[in-house]
Amino acid sequence: MVVAQQQKTGAFQVLVGKIDDVLQYAIGDPMRYLANWGRLYSLWPVHLETACCSVEVGAAAGARFDMERFGTLEAFGSLRACDLIIVMGTVTRKLAPRLKLVYDQMAEPKWVIAMGACSITGGLYFDSYNVLRGIDDIIPVDVYVPGCPPRAEAFLQGLVLLQEKIRKAPSLSGR
Amino acid sequence: MTLESEFSPDSDRIMSVSLGPQHPGAGHFRVRLWLDGDYVVRSEPDAGYVHRGEEKMGEYRNYIQNVPHLERPVILDSSNILFPYATGVDELMNSKVPARGQYLRVIMSEINRIISHMYFIAIQGYFQGHTTMIAWGMGDRDLWIDLAERIAGARVTFAYIIPGGVRNDIPEFAIEKGLKTCDWFDKRMDEYEKIYFENPMVHQRSDHIGVLSREDAIAYGATGTVARASGLKVDVRKDEPYSAYPDLEFETPVMTQGDAWARTYVALLDMREAVKIIRQALKKLPSGPVRLKLGPQPRVPAGEVYSRTEAARGEMSYHIISDGSPRPYRLKIGVPSAKNLRVLPHLLRDVHVADIPVIYWGLNYWPVESDR
Amino acid sequence: MKERRLKVTTTPLRIGEVGLFVRDTLGFDHISTVSGVDWIAKNELEVVYFIGSSKPGQQDFVLAVSERVARDNPVVPTLIAVWKGADYMERETHEMFGINFQGHPNQAHLYLPEDWNDLPPLRKDYVSPGR
Ligand code: SF4
Repeated sequence: MVVAQQQKTGAFQVLVGKIDDVLQYAIGDPMRYLANWGRLYSLWPVHLETACCSVEVGAAAGARFDMERFGTLEAFGSLRACDLIIVMGTVTRKLAPRLKLVYDQMAEPKWVIAMGACSITGGLYFDSYNVLRGIDDIIPVDVYVPGCPPRAEAFLQGLVLLQEKIRKAPSLSGR
Repeated sequence: MTLESEFSPDSDRIMSVSLGPQHPGAGHFRVRLWLDGDYVVRSEPDAGYVHRGEEKMGEYRNYIQNVPHLERPVILDSSNILFPYATGVDELMNSKVPARGQYLRVIMSEINRIISHMYFIAIQGYFQGHTTMIAWGMGDRDLWIDLAERIAGARVTFAYIIPGGVRNDIPEFAIEKGLKTCDWFDKRMDEYEKIYFENPMVHQRSDHIGVLSREDAIAYGATGTVARASGLKVDVRKDEPYSAYPDLEFETPVMTQGDAWARTYVALLDMREAVKIIRQALKKLPSGPVRLKLGPQPRVPAGEVYSRTEAARGEMSYHIISDGSPRPYRLKIGVPSAKNLRVLPHLLRDVHVADIPVIYWGLNYWPVESDR
Repeated sequence: MKERRLKVTTTPLRIGEVGLFVRDTLGFDHISTVSGVDWIAKNELEVVYFIGSSKPGQQDFVLAVSERVARDNPVVPTLIAVWKGADYMERETHEMFGINFQGHPNQAHLYLPEDWNDLPPLRKDYVSPGR
């Protein structure tokens, strides 16, 4: 049996839109808060070391600074389960396509911390033939942590800033 | 199982796998592996993910401006990579570094050796599933970093050893703290030995794994902990005493097994010697100035020099050619990791996949250093 | 160079012989570094092998064996047969200076990106893009 396609009236669409808005008001905000709160304390970084700043990340993961306090684990296996890339320093021309590939393979929502002068502007290596002057051209960055290398405390502060950003994220997707 | 000698990449038993650069067991680095089931038939390292062109940059900067970027390749061991640079430039300029400067250079270099070896042992413990070692190792390493910070003022990038001496004098309280840290660390190393090096699980996971014979160590040009674990006694501090080392007493630890366990254990023995050296040097520290006055743009006479010192990972060497201008004409950094890199494909064949991290990290290979 | 250093300069034709002599007769068997130099004023490229020794008594000595070759057509023989460790070091010199090591099994890029298609970066006429 073939049913003639029904013409949706404009009024119906408006109504649906309204319901969406109403729902958004009623449960959207708590939902958003709840979802983002859940993400906040389980930021799992990709283990992609790019250069020497990784030593300070190692120190931050060590016994004294202990970044597990903030719910962040070091050296996590699968990309699909990760939601954070910490770009630990210089990105060279050889690594750049791989960095993009890793970023694209991760599931949404995902965040990026650019750590060190090198990943922000190229830093010390501004005149090197093989270094990218900042990673903003390849992936979007959420938090910049300046320093060469940033101290472990500075890195942890960057992490806390990112958590703050996620907590205040305007949408359910966490961005 | 296919042996490396019968290897053919087209065989349908062979699977090619890429380990890294995004992998918990291989940061900044990739190894291509050809596997037959659980066996590695052949491997090929693919370095260069952190190649930053230090040698070209060196030609654009003058001898003092070169200091900060030269220590970045091996940030764990940043004093030791500057040491041969400083001795090389001193030699070209024919300058005599004051005695106190020489002693401080040695102290800082040995502190850095400990910092670097602690990182090495901690991560090696992690790769063997020994979580205590990484927790202790990373934590105790920070105390040495504290000491270095009191002397030089930064956590990892000290820029302390510069041509002409060291950047600043050691504060009085740091000497006391240094001696205390030495005493504490001596006891601490006994504990490492008990909990980690004598642990049967660690033995099972690294004994007879990745064995490098003495002949191969010589042929492939291995240096540092890798060479010393294979019975090849190379130590620039002894072979060609430089700086304050002739006045100090220490041994060169050598082992003969040449396996992954021995490579880790040699690092511990190295640290014992380093503590000895630091203690002696702190007690003997002569008075006087710590460096020569050089201008911001020192003129270096034309000449060619090959200087080397013993870094944590092995022989660190510089080939510097000066043409009399303020900038080096050629600056070649011969880093120990690059010298040991050829050993990796030699060891990574006919082994189990599960042994790869232990063999790889056991070479004390730091990709950033190798790539420069 | 200072004492305990010696530099021998030879030609690409003789370097194989010199290498064997240095290794077998003089006992310099432990390769340390291979370096290259671009002498652009003389239109020459230089390859320097720094060789240490594993024999007790002469470990404080570093011997440099060097060869010079014209810049336009830099072809030299490989010395892997003499010192196995020269493998990756020659590969690096190849990519940094564009020197061809004849007989080398694999001269693919080791440190530079795979798609590098500029001049070899350590040649003096290559100018870094940031400069
Ligand atoms: S910012 Fe400094 S420490 Fe970090 S990667 Fe760059 S050079 Fe290394």
